Amino acid sequence: MIRLEGVWRTYRVGDGEVHALRDVTLEITHGEHVALIGPSGSGKSTMLHIVGCLDRPTLGRYLFEKREVGALSEEERSLLRRHRIGFVFQFFHLLPRLSALGNVELPMLFAGTPADERRQRAAHALEAVGLAQRATHRPDQLSGGERQRVAIARAVVMDPAVVLADEPTGNLDRHSALEVMELLEAMNRRGLTLVVVTHDPAIAERARRVIRMADGEIVGHDGGSWVVDRGSGGPALQHASDPRTTNHEPRGGG
Amino acid sequence: MRFLDLLRFAAGALRGHRLRTALSVTGVAVGIAAVVTLTALGEGARQYVVDQFAALGANLLIIFPGKVETTGGEPFGGVTHDLTIDDYRALARLSRLRRSAPMAVATDTVRYGDRGRDVPVLGTTADFALVRRLEMGSGAFLPAGDPDQGGNEIVLGLTVASELFRGENPLGQIVRVGPWRFRVVGVLAPRGQSLTFNLDEVVLVPVRTAMRVFNRSTLFRILLDVRMHDEMGLAKREVEALMRERHRAEDVTVITQDALISSFSSILNALTLALVGIASVSLAVAGVGIMNVMLVSVTERRAEIGLLKALGALDRQVLAAFLAEAVLLAFVGGVAGLAIGAGAIRAFVGIYPSFPASPPAWAVAASLGLSLGVGVGFGVWPARRATRLDPVAALARR
Ligand SMILES: Nc1ncnc2c1ncn2[C@@H]1O[C@H](COP(=O)(O)OP(=O)(O)O)[C@@H](O)[C@H]1O
Ligand SMILES: [Mg+2]
Repeated sequence: MIRLEGVWRTYRVGDGEVHALRDVTLEITHGEHVALIGPSGSGKSTMLHIVGCLDRPTLGRYLFEKREVGALSEEERSLLRRHRIGFVFQFFHLLPRLSALGNVELPMLFAGTPADERRQRAAHALEAVGLAQRATHRPDQLSGGERQRVAIARAVVMDPAVVLADEPTGNLDRHSALEVMELLEAMNRRGLTLVVVTHDPAIAERARRVIRMADGEIVGHDGGSWVVDRGSGGPALQHASDPRTTNHEPRGGG
Repeated sequence: MRFLDLLRFAAGALRGHRLRTALSVTGVAVGIAAVVTLTALGEGARQYVVDQFAALGANLLIIFPGKVETTGGEPFGGVTHDLTIDDYRALARLSRLRRSAPMAVATDTVRYGDRGRDVPVLGTTADFALVRRLEMGSGAFLPAGDPDQGGNEIVLGLTVASELFRGENPLGQIVRVGPWRFRVVGVLAPRGQSLTFNLDEVVLVPVRTAMRVFNRSTLFRILLDVRMHDEMGLAKREVEALMRERHRAEDVTVITQDALISSFSSILNALTLALVGIASVSLAVAGVGIMNVMLVSVTERRAEIGLLKALGALDRQVLAAFLAEAVLLAFVGGVAGLAIGAGAIRAFVGIYPSFPASPPAWAVAASLGLSLGVGVGFGVWPARRATRLDPVAALARR
């Protein structure tokens, strides 16, 4: 459902250029749990933003559910984010003036969902993350782990196909981090595609598939499920017998 | 996104910054209050003047010496004639006139006992009371009769009477104007300012007496009361023709109440507009205040804007959300301004009860419209900046 083909993302900085992503080719299928790991500045967030349709490749193709995102209008990409994609951020990004319930309602507010239904679904989502009792609390009355669980409720309340989490445990203690990961994994088990950016190997290990990045490139794969979709006739995927020693291959080479 | 949800969302954001919100609301409120109050006062002034002239009666013609507008051509022989009692007599015979009254004016001291007061002394005839619709507080007006018969009757304005007599009954008493003695025959009912004079502060004597006492041969005005309102134009032309014939020149001005009202009315309308213009400047300042607040808000809430976009808010929804905040600020300010303005006007009327100050409906509607306009006008740019934010950059903590 997610397919990057030779994606570059280049920033102009002064006179020079920074390649946040260099020729990344990757496919993620429905229901996968993928961890993106790599040192700071290796392009993980950039990749996640492109996958989440918040950003567009400078070069290359990105297909989300078989639609070429680069060709979509601003509005169409917004609608994709609204209905198909959920985001979880390291710094939670809850609106401090809204209650937990209000924060979870937010995506539905902009989708024009009627107030009753909004409240009901938000309450349901909060219950699913174990925070039914905290619905009326504001973010500053919640612990970090609770805040991230509210953010997860918000990410899934529109019933998206994929949740993209950028270092969701980066600001949490070990215990809360485990709670948050277990929550996300439980949702993944029920069919939600999950992509988690992290630089914590312990968190990454929990994924069935680990993609290692360095300097804007995919430098390795762990786990089996990355061998995917050979029959689709699409371009070649990142593929090697020993992922750790593999640099990216030219696209179209398979 | 539903409209009410949008408003609630915007109001929630504004509540998050109470002080800032209150300050910009105050700015708009002051601007709108100024517009409403000044409009009401300007409009009140216009209404006041119109009422004053209307009180003269719609059938009044006023003649005074001199030509106001040049119609080209010098007066015959270059001589300007004064208005005389003979002119008045000739005019009074015109059949389209119901009544007429001459007016001679001087200022002198009226004395009773050791009390004295400088007042305008109006010399006129009995018909003056009817032409100017004067009411008597007590006694009678000047006696009817031949205007050449200069009697020694005097009628006092209310203020003059109460100052000179301090509660004593003035009727039948003798007062002195200069060395001359007059017998008080009546006191006017309160009337206040009307045309040139405050009628509470004048005294009235027979016209011939006034001219003799003050050694005048000329009249200040001649007032004519036309029988039929439809014949105003006709009567005016007849009067002008007669005066031209008598003076062999166009050297008097004849004006109607209508002309007075419309010229004063347009002057005062211009005044009102000028006041509104001045007040609008404060609204513009308030608008810049809103713009500033919204710009600060957009800068401060970059992360929020990025989040909304990540959650799938469309650009136009982000625009609408921020515009709604600006409009809400302005609208609340506008309503508060109307309330403040209404209070100010009420206070003003409390101090000057005779002044008909009330904001015209168009001003109220326009103020609200204006405040909304200020909100939209000054809110658009900050809101556009919000929509143009790159969500990735906005979400990043850098
Ligand atoms: N807006 C930007 N302008 C310039 N360089 C950027 C910008 N965003 C990211 N980069 C650069 O792109 C590279 C990858 O960044 P990022 O994807 O945030 O890395 P990671 O999330 O793995 O730490 C870094 O070198 C970063 O400095
Ligand atoms: Mg990052």
